[in-house]
Amino acid sequence: MTGTVSDLSTQPAPVAPPPARGGLVVVLRRGWRQLTSMRTALLLLFLLAVAAVPGSLLPQRPLNPPKVQEYLDAHTTVGPVLDRLGFFDVFASPWFAAIYLLLAVSLVGCIVPRLRLHARAMTTPPPAAPKRFDRLPQYAEPAVIAADPVAGAAAVRAVLRRKRWRTTVRTAEDGTVEISAEKGYLRETGNLVFHTAILALLAGAAAGVLWGWQGNVLLTEGNTFCNTTQGYDQYDLGQQVDGSDLPPFCLSLDRFRATYLDSGQPSSYAASVRYGAGDADPRRPVDIRVNEPLRLSGARVYLLDHGYAPILKYTDRYGQVFSSPNPFLPSDLVTLTSDGAAVFADANQKPGERARTRNVEVAFEGVYTPTAPESGPRVRSVFPAERSPGITLAAYRGDTGLGSGIPRSVYSLDQNQVQKGALKLVGSKFLRPGQTWKLDDGSTLEFVGTKQWAGLRVDEDPGQKVVLVASVLMVIGLIGSLTVRRRRLWVRLAPGAGGTVVGVGGLARTDADSYDEEFRRTVADLGRATAAQPVSAVED
Amino acid sequence: MPVDATLATLSDRLLVAAILVYSAAMLVYAAEYSFGRRSRVGPAAAPAAPAGAAALVGAGAALAAAPVSPAVGGGTGPAVTTGPAGTGSTGRPVEGRSGTAVAGAAAAVLTVVGLLLHAGVLVTRAAAAHRVPWGNMYEFAISVCFIAVLAWLVVMARQARGERRASIRHLGAFVMLPVVLLLGLAGTVLYTPVVPLVPALNSYWLWIHVSAAVIASGVFLVSFVTATLYLIREKYDRVTAAGGTLRFPATLGARFPAADGLERTTFRVIAFAFPVWTFATIAGAIWAEAAWSRYWGWDPKETWAFIAWVIYAAYLHARATAGWRGRRAAWIAVLGWAAMMINLFGVNLVITGLHSYAGLQ
Repeated sequence: MTGTVSDLSTQPAPVAPPPARGGLVVVLRRGWRQLTSMRTALLLLFLLAVAAVPGSLLPQRPLNPPKVQEYLDAHTTVGPVLDRLGFFDVFASPWFAAIYLLLAVSLVGCIVPRLRLHARAMTTPPPAAPKRFDRLPQYAEPAVIAADPVAGAAAVRAVLRRKRWRTTVRTAEDGTVEISAEKGYLRETGNLVFHTAILALLAGAAAGVLWGWQGNVLLTEGNTFCNTTQGYDQYDLGQQVDGSDLPPFCLSLDRFRATYLDSGQPSSYAASVRYGAGDADPRRPVDIRVNEPLRLSGARVYLLDHGYAPILKYTDRYGQVFSSPNPFLPSDLVTLTSDGAAVFADANQKPGERARTRNVEVAFEGVYTPTAPESGPRVRSVFPAERSPGITLAAYRGDTGLGSGIPRSVYSLDQNQVQKGALKLVGSKFLRPGQTWKLDDGSTLEFVGTKQWAGLRVDEDPGQKVVLVASVLMVIGLIGSLTVRRRRLWVRLAPGAGGTVVGVGGLARTDADSYDEEFRRTVADLGRATAAQPVSAVED
Repeated sequence: MPVDATLATLSDRLLVAAILVYSAAMLVYAAEYSFGRRSRVGPAAAPAAPAGAAALVGAGAALAAAPVSPAVGGGTGPAVTTGPAGTGSTGRPVEGRSGTAVAGAAAAVLTVVGLLLHAGVLVTRAAAAHRVPWGNMYEFAISVCFIAVLAWLVVMARQARGERRASIRHLGAFVMLPVVLLLGLAGTVLYTPVVPLVPALNSYWLWIHVSAAVIASGVFLVSFVTATLYLIREKYDRVTAAGGTLRFPATLGARFPAADGLERTTFRVIAFAFPVWTFATIAGAIWAEAAWSRYWGWDPKETWAFIAWVIYAAYLHARATAGWRGRRAAWIAVLGWAAMMINLFGVNLVITGLHSYAGLQ
C-alpha cells in the first residue's frame, strides 16, 4: 500500500519499523505484518471466492445427501478422494474455515490500529494550513475584503459550521488568521463499522451453530407431535445443546390444504395446526403457511413439504382388522405421484396361538395417483389435487424383515427380503377409494381414502439476531465508507494594504475531482458571507 | 386473479418493439462512434493534470464574483462553470453541427424511446399477472436490462454535466450490445408465459429482495461495460506509447475517452451497486429465514451471490492497493460480472437448487 489515498484499505498507516530484537520476534512481526497487509487480504478474498465454487458445483451433504451418494457411486476413483478432502461439505471443511478465519484475523489486525488512528483523528483539530494554497488541487484566487481578519474569520467560520465542517482557528503573530476545516470523518467510521460488523456476523453465525438445533417431522392429519428428540423423524442439535434444552410444546395437525391453478401450479399451502406449551393439550389454532412460520418462544415451526397418506384397511384371514394412514412420498413434485408402502407385520397370526408365524406377514407397496389418468398404465398422476384418486398396489406375503429389529425406511419394502424370496409377490391391483381387493387367501384390502401430511421443520437459531443487526450495520457502514469523502478546506485571512486578503485552498483525501463542485459552492458561499464588507480584487 | 391475456400479448409485442428500437439505437451509436472525428474525445494524453486548473479558475471567479463586488465580478456572475483554459486540452467534445453529433443525439433519443417501450413491457406484464414483474427468470432478465439502460443514461448525463465533460455518448453501442443480446435471449430461450406466483414467492420480500437484486445486477452490467472499455483503452495507450502495432480490440480504444475517466466511472458505478447488492443479499437472507427456516444455507444461488459479493469486495480493495489499481482491478470487475452471469444462467438453468424459479421445464 503506497500513495493511493482513495483508501478503502483496512490496513493501518505504515508504522516505523520496530527496533530489531530476537529472530523469532522479527519473524513473527514480519509474519503478522504480512498477514494484515492488503495484498494478503486480497489474496484471501480470492481464495474465498474460488473455494466456494465447488460448493455449488458438487452435491453437498447438508443439502442433498442422496445426490452425494449418487455421485460417489458414479465416480468410484475421484469420489472418495474428494470426499476425504471435504468437497461434499465444502462450507464446513477445514480448508474453507481456514480461509475465512485467516481473513478474520487479518481483519482484526487491520481494524484495531485503524480504530486507534481514527479515534485520534476525531479528537485532534484539523491540521494547520499549508504555506501555499496554489499547490493544492483546489484553490481560489485570493480576494480582498474590507473587514479585519478576525471579523472575516468569524463570518467564514459561521458558514463552515453551518455546513457542518469541523473547524479550528489559528492566529499568527502578524495578525493572520487561518481556519482549518475538515469534513467526512464518517467515511472511516463507516469503514470501521462495516468491517467490525463482519466479525460480529461471523460470531453470530458461530453462535447459531453451537446453540441452535433443528428437527424434521412428518405429521399426518389428526396426529400430534411433541418437541422432544423422540418426536422427530430426524434432528440435529448444536454442540452446546442437549435434548432436554428443547422448549416443551406439542402440536397437532388438523388439516392441510393446498390449492392449485388449472395448470397444476400450486397457488397456496396452509397447515391448520393447534399448539400448546408444555404437556398441555394443544389448543391454540393457527395456520402455518409457506413464508409464514409459527414463531414460538425458543422455536419456529415451518411448513416445508406435503403429500398424501392413503388409508389402507386390511382384514386378515382370521377377520382381524388393521388400518392405518401410510404417508407416501411424492416422486414427482409437480403431479404428486407418490410412492409408499404399508406393512402389516402382525396380520394372519392365528388368534390364541403364542408362537409367531413369520411367513404370513403381509405388505403392500405401490403408487398413489391423486388424479389417475383415464386410461393406460395408471401409475403417473396427471394433476396434484385429488380429482380422480387411485392407488396401484402390489401385495406381498412372507417375512417382511421387520422382526429383524434393524431400523429401515417405512416408505418402501425391504428389497433384500423380496430378492431372497422370503417375501413373495401375491398380485397387484388398481383401486379407487372405497374399493376392496380380495387376495388369494381370502383376506381383503380396502382403500379407504386418504389423509394429507405436512412436513414440518422446527428449529431455533439464537445467533440470528446478532447476524441481522450485524448485517444491517454492514450496509450502513458500507454506504458511509463509499459515499462520504474526507476533505479539507483552509481559509487564510491576512492583513494587507487595501484590506484583508482572503485565500482558500482545498484537498480531498478521496475521490478528488468530485470535490471540485462542492469546493466551488463553498467558496461562493464564503464570498457571499464576507461580502457584507466591500470586496475588491488583489491588484497584481 | 386470472391472467389478462390481452395485456400479456401487448407486453410481448412491446418487448419486440423495445429490442428493435434498442438495435436501431445501437446502429446509430455505432455510426456516431465510427464516423466521429477523433478530436471528439481529445488526444490520448489528457488525463488528470488540467482538472485542477479548470476548477481553480472557476472557483476563484466564484469567490470574486460575490454580488457586491462589481469591481471584480464584472459581468461574469456566479455561474462560472469552467475557465476557457481548460476546454482545449481536457478532451471535451467539440460539438459541431456535424452529422455525427446529430447521429449521437438521435441515438440518445432512440435509447430513451426504447427505455419507455421497455418500461411498457414491465408495466403491462405486471398488470397482466397482477403482481410485480419479476417472478421468473424471463422477467428478471428484462428487468435487469431495463435498469442497465437507465443506469447508462444516468451515467451519460452525469458525465456530460460533470466537471470534465467527457462525453461518453458515442460509447452507447457498447451498452446496447449486451442489453440487446440479453433481451433477445430472454425473449427466446427464457421466455415464460404470464403465470401467477408459486406460494414460495408469494411474499412482500419478493418486492424488496428481487428489486434490489435487479437494480444491483443492472448497474453492475454498466460497470462491466466501462471496465471492458477501460481495458481496451488502457491497452491502446500502452501499445501506442510503446510504438507498437494495434490489433483489435485495442484499435477501438482510439475513440474512447481517457482511461483514467473510464476507471473512475467504473469505480463509481460499482460503489453504487455494491451496497445495493449487499442489501439484496441480506434481504434474501431475511426472506430465507421466513421461508426456509434458515437465513443462509449455501444454496447454489446463495453461494454464487456470495462469490460475486466477494469478487466485488476484492475489486474495491484492489483499487486501493498499489499495483492492483487500474488493469488488474478492471479485470476483477469483469470477473465479478462473470460471477453474476453464472448466478443468473448457470444456477437457474444448470444447477438445481431452492432458487429454481426460472419457470422453464
